[in-house]
Amino acid sequence: VSAFRAILAKDLRVELRTLQSLPAMALFALTTFVLFRFGLDRESLSGSLAAGVLLATVLFAAILAVNRLFVAERDEGGFDAMRLAPIDLSALYAAKGVALIVYLGLLELIALPAFALFFLDDAAGILPVAGVLLLADIGLAATGVLVSSIGAHSRARDLIVPLLLLPLLVPVMIAAAGAAEPMLEAGGPSYDGVAKWLGVLGLYDVVFCLIGYAVYDFLLED
Amino acid sequence: MQLLSLRNLSIASVAVIVAAFSLIFFYAPLDADQGFIQKIFYLHVPLATCALGGFVVAAIHAIRHLRTHDPVHDARAYVSIHMSVIFGVAVLLTGAIWAKASWGKWWVWDEPTLVSFLIVFLLYATYYPLRYAIEDRERQARYASVFAITAGAFVPLNFLAVRLAQSLVHPRVFATADGGLPGSMMFTFGVSLAGMALLWVTLVRYELASKAARAKLSRLRRALDGAGPGAATSRIAPAVPSQAGSG
Repeated sequence: VSAFRAILAKDLRVELRTLQSLPAMALFALTTFVLFRFGLDRESLSGSLAAGVLLATVLFAAILAVNRLFVAERDEGGFDAMRLAPIDLSALYAAKGVALIVYLGLLELIALPAFALFFLDDAAGILPVAGVLLLADIGLAATGVLVSSIGAHSRARDLIVPLLLLPLLVPVMIAAAGAAEPMLEAGGPSYDGVAKWLGVLGLYDVVFCLIGYAVYDFLLED
Repeated sequence: MQLLSLRNLSIASVAVIVAAFSLIFFYAPLDADQGFIQKIFYLHVPLATCALGGFVVAAIHAIRHLRTHDPVHDARAYVSIHMSVIFGVAVLLTGAIWAKASWGKWWVWDEPTLVSFLIVFLLYATYYPLRYAIEDRERQARYASVFAITAGAFVPLNFLAVRLAQSLVHPRVFATADGGLPGSMMFTFGVSLAGMALLWVTLVRYELASKAARAKLSRLRRALDGAGPGAATSRIAPAVPSQAGSG
């Protein structure tokens, strides 16, 4: 647990001091919203279209963070240090996952109000949508850390990460968009069939956290 | 898989597939709604079942590879995925033909099985760039195994999510194909499925045997003329010890 806390604190401190990922993610999300505004030529969105725009933007912004997650470890030899340290490598998986969840949560803290401001006539659905996004973030982090570790050791890192991550995230996209859709309905939020989608999201989170925990050691051993 | 020699396996798959095709064309009744085109069902569904089953087999080999670090299992996982991706292309093609004939469109987004299969196919298609991007052989094999396991778990989850995403009122055109299949159709389908499964196993065995032979050849050639041009082998296909083909 102390290793987990140390790695997490290190990551958050590095991000706080260098601001490498978060501002880029936020800026990317805002720009994507503007692109959608003109691409769709709509001034307000609701229902499935709103959920799709929001989720697609968050997923693409998440790829930026996933890409950068292990850059410091790779460039500065952190992987060797981790292997040398007498710690369970699952701590690294968990810490990186939590760090990614924190980044995504902060991103959504910026992106959600912006989304409401740009596109929503009625912002009442934003709070429950934030809950859905949090569940989606857990699944995203579970697969994101795996893919990011794979990418960190490959030549075409920036290419491999989105290529592997996007298909893996299709169920997250389907379930999160399905849950967010009724919440973003024009006539105020409703909760039809939300439980089913939250169940799928939860199942995805559990399955991929377990798989990540089980296979992560093999990604680092040398 | 170990019980039959490659030659007997080939003969068996040819025999079963010929039997399956004869059954399809001369024994299975014409479908009342769709007529002749429904017979593609006997090709399409077994292909898809074998492709998905092949992904599961690959995941099992990948687990064994991670546990034993034996490159034979990595080679088997690689060839399983390779063959299943090829079967996947055939599934998408036959599916499109069937969709065009019975729904009038080449692609239909609200048929969950179609969409899930496409997503799974896209995911496994990234297996090759993944292997290609990692230089170190041993690490490449390990990462490929991690991918195969993760993707193997992804397959059922993905089918669940996509199926739920369809509104429940959408009529399932092929509801009859799931449940109330008459016995003669069921029998034909079973034979086709067995034929496709045999074909899959045979092709996998052939590819493994060919890889093993090529590895042996290049080893012999290298032994003959030092580190000569024989060292040039595929960069992403796993190196196979020569006993892999028969094992």
